[in-house]
Amino acid sequence: MKKNAKKFAGLLLAGSMVLSLAACGSSSGSESTPKDTEAAAEASSAAGDEAKAGSTLNIWCWNDEFQSRFNDYYPEVKEVAADKSTTTLNDGTVVKWTINPNENSNYQNKLDEALLNQESTADEDKIDIFLIEADYALKYVDSEYTLDVVNDIGLTDSDLSGQYQYTKDIVTDSNGALKGTTWQATPGLFAYRRSIAKDVLGTDDPEQVQEALSDWDKFNAVAEQANAKGYKMLSGYDDAYRTFSNNVSAPWVDGTSVKVDANLMKWVEQTKEFTDKGYNNKTSLWDDGWAADQGPDGDVFGFFYSTWGINFTLLGNSLADPDGAEEVGNGIYGDYAVCEGPEPYYWGGTWICAAAGTDNKDLVKDVMLKLTCDSDIMKKITLDTEDYTNNVSAMNEIAEDSTYGSSFLGGQNHIALFAKSAEKIDMSNAGKYDQGCNEKFQAAFKDYFDGNVDLDTAKENFETAITELYPNLTEVVWP
Amino acid sequence: MNKKKKPGFRTVLAYIVLIILTFLCLFFFYILIINSTRNHFEIQRGFSFLPGKAFLTNLKNVLNDANIPVLSGIRNSLIVSTMSAILATYFSAMTAYGLYAYDFKLKKPAFIFILLILVMPTQVTALGFVRLVTKMNLLDTLYPLFLPSIASPAVFYFMYSYMQSSLPLDLVEAARIDGSGEFRTFNRIVIPIMKPALAVQAIFTFVNAWNNYFIPALIITSNNKKTLPILIAALRSADFLKFDMGKVYMMITIAIVPIIIVYIFLSKYIVEGVTLGGVKE
Amino acid sequence: MKVPAKKRKQNVSYGKWGYIFILPFFLVFFIFQLIPLVSTIYYSFFEYYRDGLTIVGPTFVGLDNYKALFSSDMLKYMGNTIIMWLIGFIPQIIVSLVLAAWFTDLRMRIRGKQFFKVVIYMPNLIMASAFAMLFFALFSDNGPVNSALVTMGLIKEPIRFLSSVIGTRGLVGLMNFLMWFGNTTILLMAAVMGISPSLFEAAELDGCNHRQIFFRITLPMIRPILVYVLITSMIGGIQMFDVPQILTNGTGRPDRSATSIIMFLNNHLYSKNYGMAGAISVVLFIICAILCIGVYFTLNKDDGNEHKKKKKGAVK
Repeated sequence: MKKNAKKFAGLLLAGSMVLSLAACGSSSGSESTPKDTEAAAEASSAAGDEAKAGSTLNIWCWNDEFQSRFNDYYPEVKEVAADKSTTTLNDGTVVKWTINPNENSNYQNKLDEALLNQESTADEDKIDIFLIEADYALKYVDSEYTLDVVNDIGLTDSDLSGQYQYTKDIVTDSNGALKGTTWQATPGLFAYRRSIAKDVLGTDDPEQVQEALSDWDKFNAVAEQANAKGYKMLSGYDDAYRTFSNNVSAPWVDGTSVKVDANLMKWVEQTKEFTDKGYNNKTSLWDDGWAADQGPDGDVFGFFYSTWGINFTLLGNSLADPDGAEEVGNGIYGDYAVCEGPEPYYWGGTWICAAAGTDNKDLVKDVMLKLTCDSDIMKKITLDTEDYTNNVSAMNEIAEDSTYGSSFLGGQNHIALFAKSAEKIDMSNAGKYDQGCNEKFQAAFKDYFDGNVDLDTAKENFETAITELYPNLTEVVWP
Repeated sequence: MNKKKKPGFRTVLAYIVLIILTFLCLFFFYILIINSTRNHFEIQRGFSFLPGKAFLTNLKNVLNDANIPVLSGIRNSLIVSTMSAILATYFSAMTAYGLYAYDFKLKKPAFIFILLILVMPTQVTALGFVRLVTKMNLLDTLYPLFLPSIASPAVFYFMYSYMQSSLPLDLVEAARIDGSGEFRTFNRIVIPIMKPALAVQAIFTFVNAWNNYFIPALIITSNNKKTLPILIAALRSADFLKFDMGKVYMMITIAIVPIIIVYIFLSKYIVEGVTLGGVKE
Repeated sequence: MKVPAKKRKQNVSYGKWGYIFILPFFLVFFIFQLIPLVSTIYYSFFEYYRDGLTIVGPTFVGLDNYKALFSSDMLKYMGNTIIMWLIGFIPQIIVSLVLAAWFTDLRMRIRGKQFFKVVIYMPNLIMASAFAMLFFALFSDNGPVNSALVTMGLIKEPIRFLSSVIGTRGLVGLMNFLMWFGNTTILLMAAVMGISPSLFEAAELDGCNHRQIFFRITLPMIRPILVYVLITSMIGGIQMFDVPQILTNGTGRPDRSATSIIMFLNNHLYSKNYGMAGAISVVLFIICAILCIGVYFTLNKDDGNEHKKKKKGAVK
């Protein structure tokens, strides 16, 4: 019996040893020992004695989009580790990538904890740069955890002058300070089927189609015409949502009350009408039916899509044989064209923020400068990747290039339309409650469109959902 | 005649029910594998019974993605799941035995206490757990993913119930008379009798740990420590240009292969019914 | 302590082993789970949440969270949860009992028995989120289930499963059933296999038919495990989260009828509202505890005494 007791004690001991061993393991330092090359001196000329402290640049993101832009286009990149977990710069600085998937809000959960503990974290492990999406941008922008790009980081107004205004609106805090910057702009357009436009409107010319769809009354009239010919105007409920929600007259929240904008009720009204009259196929964004509607068997007049969506998602969905060549004859390749649609809007986008407490301000500044303000790099990114970049002059250059065109869109120069549309977007009403409000609003009214609940119940459900999400918001005011 | 006919009808019924259930169970694996052979846009557009041509492309895409270390993902998942299964079953059996075979003052309170914590919802405590792990300096290590399974109330409760129905205390008494020490009795006599229960709970714990995303995602940050569900979620978080359902399904398929192997290996114990005859009266 | 000296001595000599055997469990529990657990209860009396990254509170508010909770739709979500659970659990327990009886019936010769035993648990190997993705594909408006039904002429228009209350709850139930019936069958099988074969032999010699054997021997003998299955399924049911969450994309639609109580709790975690989330947890905890202890002691009542006798004998 005694023997057993000893055995057991040993087990416990082993257990506690595992614990303490692990404690040691987790605090493994980084192996970066900056080599003193001439490049180091060059890049950190301003930093000088700071170079030692800033030998690691920590970047947090939720996917590898920015990582690949950085590795491909940041001029100081020397080499990328085989497992891509780090990137070494010419001056020996090691960029450490921390990528947390965003499923179940995991990215935000972890980022929040890290930012809240930023002060007590060792310099080497402090977050220097983190990325955010438009939907929840203001949550970080309107906090003390992000640095002012102009006053703290040191970018000048002239550096930033080339960027589209709306990309700055979204990351401007309530005091007017710019708290982030981005390399991409994501203006949206209305992509329509040429063949259906010809049948319904008698023309497929983008300018004339735009003329027929230039405001919502006209848009609804065309929907009726399309219906008469056996087509659907839109695929589903939330196709048009962004065009309404980007054009509201005030932010979602005023003080502690949620103010539902009249424009959003217009969306409710229009979508209910479309649904009841059969102008849509009752799909939702990203579901099977929605994607199928964009393909060869689709009967839908058009889709609201932004930059990334058209030459990638829509193109892929339009092919009869997705493994086959991307050319006319494969499905409805070549049958789409774009016009501006009733109202300007954007969809998507990723912003770069500098974390308060960063020990690498100069490097952060250089990254922002090169990757979001440098028009040559911006133009190169667009030409290489078709990512629409955040630089007015570079984009206008491509827009004016008469040889530039997309064969998917029947030769149309879509950049020209994007460039036109992007300058009209006004996001000065963005707020930190946008993500929750927009999601819950659409979810609550889907029941109404489906005919499961009446309008008042849908409103009530929205109110319930909002108070669960944001305990500080006390009332919902309807227009 | 009559006697022979009746079991016959029962057998036919059994076959019909089993074939339907088997179809339902395996069908999902079929579409999972089918989808891993189709490319993103084919999957987006809807369902198909026929395989596509993108199997190799998807496989290559997954294996060549440096941000998705598949092999270390499998290794980490194996470590976490195996350790969880071993710790949960062994220590739960031990706890159950302690409460089943001995009488002591705190016996009833201890039992009720475990039953009570069984019913506590875990959602809220998750972030508190993460904070604790941070304080213990165990963040971004695999330990907090399996050490807590030593205290698995549900597994304990199963072991306890199983002992109630299958472990006569006379056996323990007999061992004691033979001079066997308490730990020896537990390890040499009780554990073998508990084999089916251990195998069953080992499988359940293993599968749970294997598919767990929420807590590991909060604890793990380094790429080389990520478990498979985190890698799958990473693929799903890809930006629009790289988002590829073909890759996602391929990764899910890859993640399912090791667990099927482990399951089939462990299920041997259940299928063969090792203990039949182990308990003598 | 009014235990006779003699008895006490005996109890102490073996009783300490009881403590030693349960020590690791409690040690680990206290280290890893108790602190978060206690803080959950503690913060349920506080206003404590985040507005973006700004931490509000903790401010002591007494029972305010509980008052707010009881004036919310909590009962509705409780009802949703129970309905969705029953839709899955009733077929699950019936099918599992039948399968366990068939698989362990020595007189029934089913070919490929081993194969079937292995297969039934396999849906549980697929991650819930991946499983839900497959469900979406199968039951979408233009999915194979709808096209099969239309082709067979059973329906004219595709059924929009996830837009109707019955459809959504039914799919949640179906998914839970498929994921868990194998698990339950295995548990019950393990229990049946633990029964001494001599009991069955004796019954057969006495001329019992399979039905009599099932109801007179199998069922009473596996009662502890049945109680276990019932209680864990009930807890699992009340804590139902991932299936309806993923299947409804976190919305609990339509008309919040697929919102389970834990989804309700989860909504409060969006703003890290530990006050309200804590209050829901505590209420849920009390309900679960009453249910479980109730079930446990009702079903184990007469049984318990017998065991006590047996055990005492063993310890002495």
